[in-house]
Amino acid sequence: MSDLTELNLAQVREGLRGKDFTSREITDAYLEAIDTSNAALNAYITVTHDKARAMADASDAKLASGEGGALEGVPLGIKDLFATEGVHTQACSHILDGFEPTYESTVTQNLWDDGAVMLGKLNMDEFAMGSSNETSYYGNVVNPWRRSGGDNAPLVPGGSSGGSASATAAHLCVAATGTDTGGSIRQPAALTGLVGIKPTYGRCSRWGIVAFASSLDQAGPLTRTVRDSAIMLNSMASPDPKDTTCVDMPVPDYEAALTGDVRGLKVGIPKEYRLDGMPDEIETLWQQGIDWLRSAGAEIKDVSLPHTKYALPAYYIVAPAEASSNLARYDGVRYGLRVPDDDVVAMYEKTRSEGFGPEVKRRVLIGTYVLSAGYYDAYYLRAQKVRTLIKRDFEQAFEDVDVLLTPATPSAAFAPGEITDPVHMYLNDIFTVTVNMAGLPGIAVPAGLDPKGLPLGLQLIGKAFDEETLFRTAGVLEEAADFTARPEKWW
Amino acid sequence: MIVDTRTPNPKNFISGATGDWELVIGLEVHAQITSKSKLFSASSTSFGGEPNDHVSLVDAAMPGMLPVINKYCVEQAVRTGLGLKAKINKRSVFDRKNYFYPDLPQGYQISQFKDPIVGEGTVHLDMPEDGAVEVGIERLHMEQDAGKSIHDLVPGKSVVDLNRSGVALMEIVSKPDIRSADEAKAYVTKLRTILRYLGTCDGNMEEGSLRADVNVSVREPGGEFGTRCEIKNVNSIRFIGQAIDYEARRQIDILEDGGEIDQETRLFDPKSGVTRSMRSKEEAHDYRYFPDPDLLPLEFDQAFVDEIAASLPELPDEKQARMIEQYGLSAYDAGLLVDEPETAAFFEAVAEGRDAKVAVNWVMGDLAAHANQVGKPVADAGISAGQLGSLIDLIADGTISGKIAKDVLDIMIAEGGEPAQIVQDKGLKQVTDTGAIEAIIDEVIAENPDKAAQVKEKPKMAGWFVGQVMQKSGGKANPQAVNAILAQKLGL
Repeated sequence: MSDLTELNLAQVREGLRGKDFTSREITDAYLEAIDTSNAALNAYITVTHDKARAMADASDAKLASGEGGALEGVPLGIKDLFATEGVHTQACSHILDGFEPTYESTVTQNLWDDGAVMLGKLNMDEFAMGSSNETSYYGNVVNPWRRSGGDNAPLVPGGSSGGSASATAAHLCVAATGTDTGGSIRQPAALTGLVGIKPTYGRCSRWGIVAFASSLDQAGPLTRTVRDSAIMLNSMASPDPKDTTCVDMPVPDYEAALTGDVRGLKVGIPKEYRLDGMPDEIETLWQQGIDWLRSAGAEIKDVSLPHTKYALPAYYIVAPAEASSNLARYDGVRYGLRVPDDDVVAMYEKTRSEGFGPEVKRRVLIGTYVLSAGYYDAYYLRAQKVRTLIKRDFEQAFEDVDVLLTPATPSAAFAPGEITDPVHMYLNDIFTVTVNMAGLPGIAVPAGLDPKGLPLGLQLIGKAFDEETLFRTAGVLEEAADFTARPEKWW
Repeated sequence: MIVDTRTPNPKNFISGATGDWELVIGLEVHAQITSKSKLFSASSTSFGGEPNDHVSLVDAAMPGMLPVINKYCVEQAVRTGLGLKAKINKRSVFDRKNYFYPDLPQGYQISQFKDPIVGEGTVHLDMPEDGAVEVGIERLHMEQDAGKSIHDLVPGKSVVDLNRSGVALMEIVSKPDIRSADEAKAYVTKLRTILRYLGTCDGNMEEGSLRADVNVSVREPGGEFGTRCEIKNVNSIRFIGQAIDYEARRQIDILEDGGEIDQETRLFDPKSGVTRSMRSKEEAHDYRYFPDPDLLPLEFDQAFVDEIAASLPELPDEKQARMIEQYGLSAYDAGLLVDEPETAAFFEAVAEGRDAKVAVNWVMGDLAAHANQVGKPVADAGISAGQLGSLIDLIADGTISGKIAKDVLDIMIAEGGEPAQIVQDKGLKQVTDTGAIEAIIDEVIAENPDKAAQVKEKPKMAGWFVGQVMQKSGGKANPQAVNAILAQKLGL
């Protein structure tokens, strides 16, 4: 039998249904791969061997009788931000030490309801705050990709869904869940040669996902193909009465949208995304993407999103503001870490000082500052106005075009410790945050390699709740790019 | 911009060493919304219960939990707004009020800050001396209650009970239109009456369902508003009056000594009757309000409001007006009756088909006195409206006199039973047989010839004869018949 971990999700699904192999077999293959390789990559922080095998056996029973859901028997990795009943759920923060929820997030419950198998919980930046997976309490995640040409230095997988990206790229799961507040699915997907989609805000329920910035957070998958993302999102998305920001709309059949036909599709190229000093390879890749879509029959149009340059600064006001409030519940009173003191204020201070890492503290401080009396109007209120303008930019652009094509990231993967200036780090999300600010869907598709042989991605941005057009266009890009490069296995 | 809506009334002035002072008071009343479940979770709101029995994952602020608005609480807030004749805002926004406290699990309270669900309204007061006073309502907003920290249960530790965490409150903010402690007490009493009529808050101050933050300042009569102090969490109407009286005197003393009032938050200690500083303006929290991103703005249409308006009960002011009109009652009597909706309903049941003035005298007289004595509402004092009605009927048809009726009521209270049966069993039926009365009168005249002779000179002595006759009849002689026959026999 060939290595089962080589198969993508669609292939696994066919193989299981065709009884070419069992869920138990592929689950064991993945568990073995994780046990062998995880020490080098640090993608998983908890591996749920017993649970995985029990779920696989249950799936096999269903598959044997011709039953089973859309993901029956498919082994997945879950970002640590999702509450999983009785299993490590700590947002990779020290402050949630020992926390195992008594409840299951809506998104993961949807996956289990469709038959998926949980392999374990994946590493991530602490509270999803980071673009390199260097802020996790459980240590850095390592990118399976390395620069060619002798430099064997480890690279970051991007963040915050770094564990999801590394595990999926290194074939330590068929696919993984991620969350994206400013680019946390798309940026790591791009840096590891994967497909990652952040759906429209409100498409996936946020119930049971540890909150970072409530008005921006959205769950989505990281997968090795566009079709796999479509299959995953079909299961992850659902209406949810427990999340009032989640839409009460039926989930379309995303896989059916993969027609391979973009003839007549109007693709917008936002001029403001052409940054000064953008690396040549990004520029070239972007032009390549334009050419591919044009050859496939799409119509290319230049569009303008004039407020783009304000998006990143506004994001770094809105997201920390919400985070400063969302993270107030981690006070040592009810769960997680408590550093005791006779005085309650001292207990708070010690617990939060020890429990939060430097990046989380930085954002809580920024957020507290921008909401403070006397600064609210100048920062938070103004950022909200910018947000409205950004939304309007997109609305106007989408009057003329169906989808936008941009680079996914300003550069390929970098080395841990290479970026120490927080603002420089924040610039990693320059192409992705606008999409969160506007609540729109965005997908990253691997499209080429940089001169060092590292993967680069393109991003497609769609109209609200028009994930189908994103998948259709992404499918065409994927086929044109024919991205077959693989990291050389060193782990 | 605060507008002074009142004309200074010397009756309300407080005299100090340097002259008269006028109080300016505004209240923030926190009223627990009557609902089965909490504002953003399905947990029970019932009072009592074991600590932390009524706590959902949302109430305990577990990671990843989200609030979902309770539609019934929204209806209750709109109902209250309509009862306060206030503007209903069809779009309102929930904000987060951020502060750390162990009984505040989220680290923020979900409240409404800039855009409350209810805007300006009015509460009408009838003050015994000043007559009508209109107190403006600034706003009403919904918010979550916090849990309870308990410091004396476990030695050396504080413990937290989250049963109240997330219970829905309405904060009803008045304009600074109140000018005396009596008005403040009347305002809270009236507000509580309105809430009870509406069924939106049980008004139970002992259980904490209703409590008030009292803003007090003093000024020269009709002058500029002074600096105010806020007295937090006063939980009885009596204490509100005491706190205001103390605070007014404290502030006047400071000002008359040439000092200045520090804007601060104070606490009232009912044991000593004084207010104490809790925190100064400098120590005030910066709550960092911002719109709660977990909740969409609360929006509803006019039809939603209209449906609630259509189901509104008759409110105290309207009921009072109708009672004056329908029963010919005085404003004072009608006002007393409508304080408790049950009392008003009790009265109306008694008055049905009877003389309303007689009915009100019995309800607010003898029965109210008894109810007051046993510490129960009139409608709940052991006598049904039907029983009291039957008693009044016995007077009306001449079976018993009003005086005997009072005795019958005492028996009904002490022993129970229907009034007609009691009258029969105890032989209390009024004597209307003129022959029998004549016989008694003749007997009394015969026994007191000298007095009978004097009565023509001193007609007031007739009363003495009436008394004698009533005594001999055991109080059962019909007083009208006694008067008539006596007058005839004595030649008056």
